[in-house]
Amino acid sequence: MYEKHLMICGATGCIASGSQSVEEALIEALEKYKIRDKYRLVMGGCPGFCEVGPIIVVYPDEVFYCRLTPQDMAELVEQHLVGGEIVERLLYKGPDVDAPARFFDTIPFYTKQIFNVLRNSGLIDPEIIDEYIMRGGYSAFTRALDLEPAAICAEVKEAGLRGRGGAGFSTGLKWEFTLQAPGAKKYVVCNADEGDPGAFMDRSILEGDPHAILEGMLICGRAIGADEGYIYCRAEYPLAIKRLKIAIEQAEKYGLLGQNILASNFNFKVNIKEGAGAFVCGEETALLASIEGKRGMPRPRPPFPAQAGLFGKPTTINNVETLANIPLILKIGGVAEFSAIGTEGSKGTKVFALAGKIRNTGLCEVPMGITIKEIIYDVGGGIKGGRAFKAVQAGGPSGGCIPAELLDLPIDYDSLNQAGAIMGSGGLVVMDERTCMVDLARYFLSFTQKESCGKCTPCREGTKRMLEILNRITEGEGKPEDLDTLDSLAHSIKDSSLCGLGQTCPNPVLSTIRYFRDEYEEHINDQYCRSGVCKALFNYRIDQKRCTGCTACSRVCPVTAITGEKKEAHEIIQELCTRCGSCIEKCSQDCILITPVGREADVSS
Amino acid sequence: MSAVKLTINGKELEVAAGTTILQAAKELGIDIPTLCHDPELPPNGACRLCVIEVEKARSLIASCVTPVAPGMVVYTESERVVSARRAILSLLIANHPLVCITCERTGSCKLQDYCYRYEVADSEFVGEIKELPLDDSNTFFVRDMNKCILCGICVGKCQEIVGAGAIDFTKRGFITNVGPAYEDKIEDSTCVFCGLCIDSCPVGALIPKALIGKGRSWQVEKTKTICPYCGVGCGIYLHTRDGDVVDVQPDFDNPVNRGHLCARGKFGWDYLKNKERLTTPLVRSGGVFVAVSWEEALGLIVDNLEELSSRFGPGALMGLCSPKASNEESYLFQKLIRSLGSNNVDSYSRYCHAPAVEGMMKAFGGAAMTNSMEELVSAGAIFLIEADPLKTHPIIGYRIREAVKKGACLIAAQSEEAGLSDLAAHYLQIKPGSAVALAAAFAAVILEEKLHDLEFINKRTEGFAAYSSSLGPEVVHRALKLTGISEEQLRSAARAFAEAKNAAIVSTSGGSEQKSGSRLVTALANLALLTGNVGRENCGLYLPYSENNLQGSADMGTLPAVLTGYQPLKEKTVRDKFARVWKVELSEHPGLSAAALFSGEGKKAVKAMLLMGENPAACGENNEAAAEVLRNLDFLVVQDLFMTETAMLADVILPAAGFAEKTGTYTNVGRRVQLNRAAIDPPGLAQPDWAILAELAGWLGIEWKYESPEDIFAEMAALTPQYAGISYERIAGVGLQWPCPHPEHPGSKYLYQGRFLRGLGLFIPISIIDQAELPLRYEESCCEEGKKVLCSCLSDSMRNHSVISRLK
Repeated sequence: MYEKHLMICGATGCIASGSQSVEEALIEALEKYKIRDKYRLVMGGCPGFCEVGPIIVVYPDEVFYCRLTPQDMAELVEQHLVGGEIVERLLYKGPDVDAPARFFDTIPFYTKQIFNVLRNSGLIDPEIIDEYIMRGGYSAFTRALDLEPAAICAEVKEAGLRGRGGAGFSTGLKWEFTLQAPGAKKYVVCNADEGDPGAFMDRSILEGDPHAILEGMLICGRAIGADEGYIYCRAEYPLAIKRLKIAIEQAEKYGLLGQNILASNFNFKVNIKEGAGAFVCGEETALLASIEGKRGMPRPRPPFPAQAGLFGKPTTINNVETLANIPLILKIGGVAEFSAIGTEGSKGTKVFALAGKIRNTGLCEVPMGITIKEIIYDVGGGIKGGRAFKAVQAGGPSGGCIPAELLDLPIDYDSLNQAGAIMGSGGLVVMDERTCMVDLARYFLSFTQKESCGKCTPCREGTKRMLEILNRITEGEGKPEDLDTLDSLAHSIKDSSLCGLGQTCPNPVLSTIRYFRDEYEEHINDQYCRSGVCKALFNYRIDQKRCTGCTACSRVCPVTAITGEKKEAHEIIQELCTRCGSCIEKCSQDCILITPVGREADVSS
Repeated sequence: MSAVKLTINGKELEVAAGTTILQAAKELGIDIPTLCHDPELPPNGACRLCVIEVEKARSLIASCVTPVAPGMVVYTESERVVSARRAILSLLIANHPLVCITCERTGSCKLQDYCYRYEVADSEFVGEIKELPLDDSNTFFVRDMNKCILCGICVGKCQEIVGAGAIDFTKRGFITNVGPAYEDKIEDSTCVFCGLCIDSCPVGALIPKALIGKGRSWQVEKTKTICPYCGVGCGIYLHTRDGDVVDVQPDFDNPVNRGHLCARGKFGWDYLKNKERLTTPLVRSGGVFVAVSWEEALGLIVDNLEELSSRFGPGALMGLCSPKASNEESYLFQKLIRSLGSNNVDSYSRYCHAPAVEGMMKAFGGAAMTNSMEELVSAGAIFLIEADPLKTHPIIGYRIREAVKKGACLIAAQSEEAGLSDLAAHYLQIKPGSAVALAAAFAAVILEEKLHDLEFINKRTEGFAAYSSSLGPEVVHRALKLTGISEEQLRSAARAFAEAKNAAIVSTSGGSEQKSGSRLVTALANLALLTGNVGRENCGLYLPYSENNLQGSADMGTLPAVLTGYQPLKEKTVRDKFARVWKVELSEHPGLSAAALFSGEGKKAVKAMLLMGENPAACGENNEAAAEVLRNLDFLVVQDLFMTETAMLADVILPAAGFAEKTGTYTNVGRRVQLNRAAIDPPGLAQPDWAILAELAGWLGIEWKYESPEDIFAEMAALTPQYAGISYERIAGVGLQWPCPHPEHPGSKYLYQGRFLRGLGLFIPISIIDQAELPLRYEESCCEEGKKVLCSCLSDSMRNHSVISRLK
């Protein structure tokens, strides 16, 4: 028996911020005190709060240590584990708490979250199947074995689960279609090709709770009459793939995968197919082509995969998060429990990846219907550096932006669609006043243009021309007719592209034009980027009245373009300035202004 | 299938469920523009030009891939549709060099046509344009990927139809391209230069080198005709301008090739204009050849033939006829020799197929492939044994690929690396020379596991008892040792063959053109009889011949003992029938065979020979002995296109016309009689062989009255039961398959329905020799034992004077 369990976040985010060396230092410290055997160390799943990683949670005390370094470990062992005293220095601190927070439930980041999909993440060792089973794992599957396939589909339908990959189609209905499709051989495919910039919900689930996916696939297989499944996971997720492989091996050993599972005559095997890095392979027909060994390019639908999918056989394709929800729905009382959360049209919870100019970057699971404001300010802790919130990009490159005036918008499939965005896979990129919306649209379009598979004309050629126009606008070469051209080209692309990627890739442009037309017009007509992003379209100037002459700006300027004596107002030599932005980041007095080019604005006012 | 009612542009119509909107519109005569659509490829939907508006649909819909739905209301040219099409065209030409002034495809470019139709003069989008280097690495065609609009049809043809897999899409986004892997040149790829990509490219990205500067589509004349290479007999269009062939394109309406070709058909025509063509009659004089007039040459022939005939009798004359000659020419050839009192007529080039002929004759009484290529795609199982059809008969290779795609089980038994193996459900890598043992072991397994078709055996065959007793367990045992495959492999493959509803056996020349070939063919015929896979549709024994008219030449009676349609010379009624029409007496003595002549037997008797297109001195199992025989003749006349090794030995050489320079019919391996039409004139004084023969006959005092090849065909058809219902008029379109006994008869897809030619099919026990039965090399190109097997020496002569000789 162990005295305590120490859960070290072993997900990719915390590994990147150094959790592996924290673990090594912890082991060293434990060995120094010769108490290594008393403590169980688990490099587990992600507790979500990436911003403050590396994280260790000590159980059963449930103490949450964050922002850890290897140097902290000796103290943690000595004071907490040996001495029994919590190390206050290492607890969570922030402007949103009065005192250091010891436990999850006292950290504002967590207070509005509901852990359904992330129920095991960070709590169990994802490499040990017993821990998953101890938490009720595979019981929903064993229940499903006793149900008729149609009854399983009906429960999923009744629960109101909609696909978490983006489009939000009813999962139960999708299963039903595949169940009803004629054919002896059918497939379950898990879409783990998470490719939206800034999104990592699926990765965290795969890394933190791989058996939940296997259980979801097993239930789906049972429901649609499939005996084989594929997990299509991007190769950029090596840890997820490693944990999936371990999970499959263990499930096979336990007789939960393979032939005649639990003496039920149900057979199921799971294969892993690693994607090679094409964004479009997240599109279901391209994904299937890729599994088949072909170039990942979408094909027209119908036939839908439910009729003719992988290798021409009826196939259900579900996203990782969708599958992770399945065991929750199929457990006893699961339907009611699941559908109690959320809104009329969008049931359950949704995991979001918070990124951009937000304080608490990381992963959160919130009930459907929560407002944008709650996510950004309550969960996300507001905007970094106290700047003003400008907009949030929902749904990645296929989504759209939601401006500040829609802060009270509830997050569900239909509200987001109406606002010109989409749920997408759940990426939320938060923008503040220093984000240029034209540049943002340009960024997302350059991504989709590069990732266009090249098959259909509107997407391949059209996005290129849109991008060229946006490049011109951000370089100060915009023409008054550009907005109309962008608008009509965007609609042509949406109207006539082959797959979802092409049909949605103009969304960032259309929604930024919709909500921030004035910024576009400013770029084109006034040659001005008010956010200070498009370098050809603004100057930095120093507010002569406010500048105290602290010299902070002139010291960081890499090209010595800032002159001025100590304690006297400084000035920027425009000819030398590269608009790198170092000065504005450094100035604590907010006296560096972003002004139009060539216009001697009244900087003293 | 149920019908679906819908409305297109205000017109109501009813079509079968599953029909695409594009097809439905076509039925109403509404033309929806498409760039990436190809009916034989999987749904593509890439170019988006075919978008149409459907009432109540959220977005525009690609009509080429969307099936009709009940009550659908479709607009194909609404304002929204036209504007989307204009946008797409505008986007395409924004990234397409507008060099139409010099582009070879001007006038036959779909992009150009649609820009004209939708009045897109230049693009509203100005920006980056692709700048990719030209790929003119190969002999045959130029790839200018700057003009490519990425429709993907070439990729589809290369992968889905041919299976060469030389090209695919590369890269992503705006820089997406089509090409070989690793940006290799096409020359270094797996390209087989079949040209399918060229002929399906909607723009000018792929251009045959021979066409460059030779004329635009409206400047060329297009002649529907037949490819002169292998026995498949693909329909082609010769594109000619000012008497020169400039291009060949496939005939999409021909059921044999359905728009497919191989490198030979696509590019192998340039020998016609090779400067080494014979253009004038030549006479040997003092050790050199001297150009003479036709009169002088023919006079010399007549003098010599008459002199030798009077000294040694008519039996001193022998004729060998090329299986490349048309039916009319083959018919006239044997008629001429026989009219001169000799039955010494044969085809030396057919010699290599003797084992196949012998094997099939014994089993069925006839020597033609039992079923036609068109049926292969519907077979349930295909047993490919010692064959590489992708090399020898590429269209058959394409068909096997198609069949497998449709669900056929391919069993491939090969002793050497060959194409299509990757598609095989049962791949049996057998040791060289063990094919006979394998075929026998298949039969033994089938019999042992009681998978044979007893009803068929009882009703349609004889000799089963003796045959079945020859198939003891030791046959399997010895075959395993000889082939080197495992018993499980053998049994599961044999089962797959026997259990298929329709199983076809394909063995190209690699299997049949060897000394043990007739034993293999017998073993395969036994297998077909045992499982009832002959005499029905979609099964049968496929032993395709290598030359384009090998079947027809034999049909025409260029054989020592039979007349046209295999009517035996020994029967008086037959001789009388011919004598009446030919107005000559026919000798009842069977003539010498080519084999007999060149093996020495009777070589003293033959003093003069007429060789029409034959080249025994260069090819054949025994070419040196053959040359010796020819050298010792008193008089040798050779009709040919080139100064062959055999022509070098001649006393008189007559310049003959190539396939594009004459009209006539060819009979393919599926017994399809097809019309070949003259497209250009022969060079210099060269003449079609039929005209040469007719002229020569006149000089020899035989009165023939033929205005045209059609007259010859009509005479032959009247004398030949299998051809009796066939006429030029009836085969102007797609040809007819014999037997076609009367003018209303639709032709015969397959043979031996209800009855074999010999009555019952005959099982012939074969013993297994416990050693390899000669090596098999199907990639070789002639018949020398152990070195060259596939007989296509005549094709070689064409190929060697063509750019296709440079094919790897």
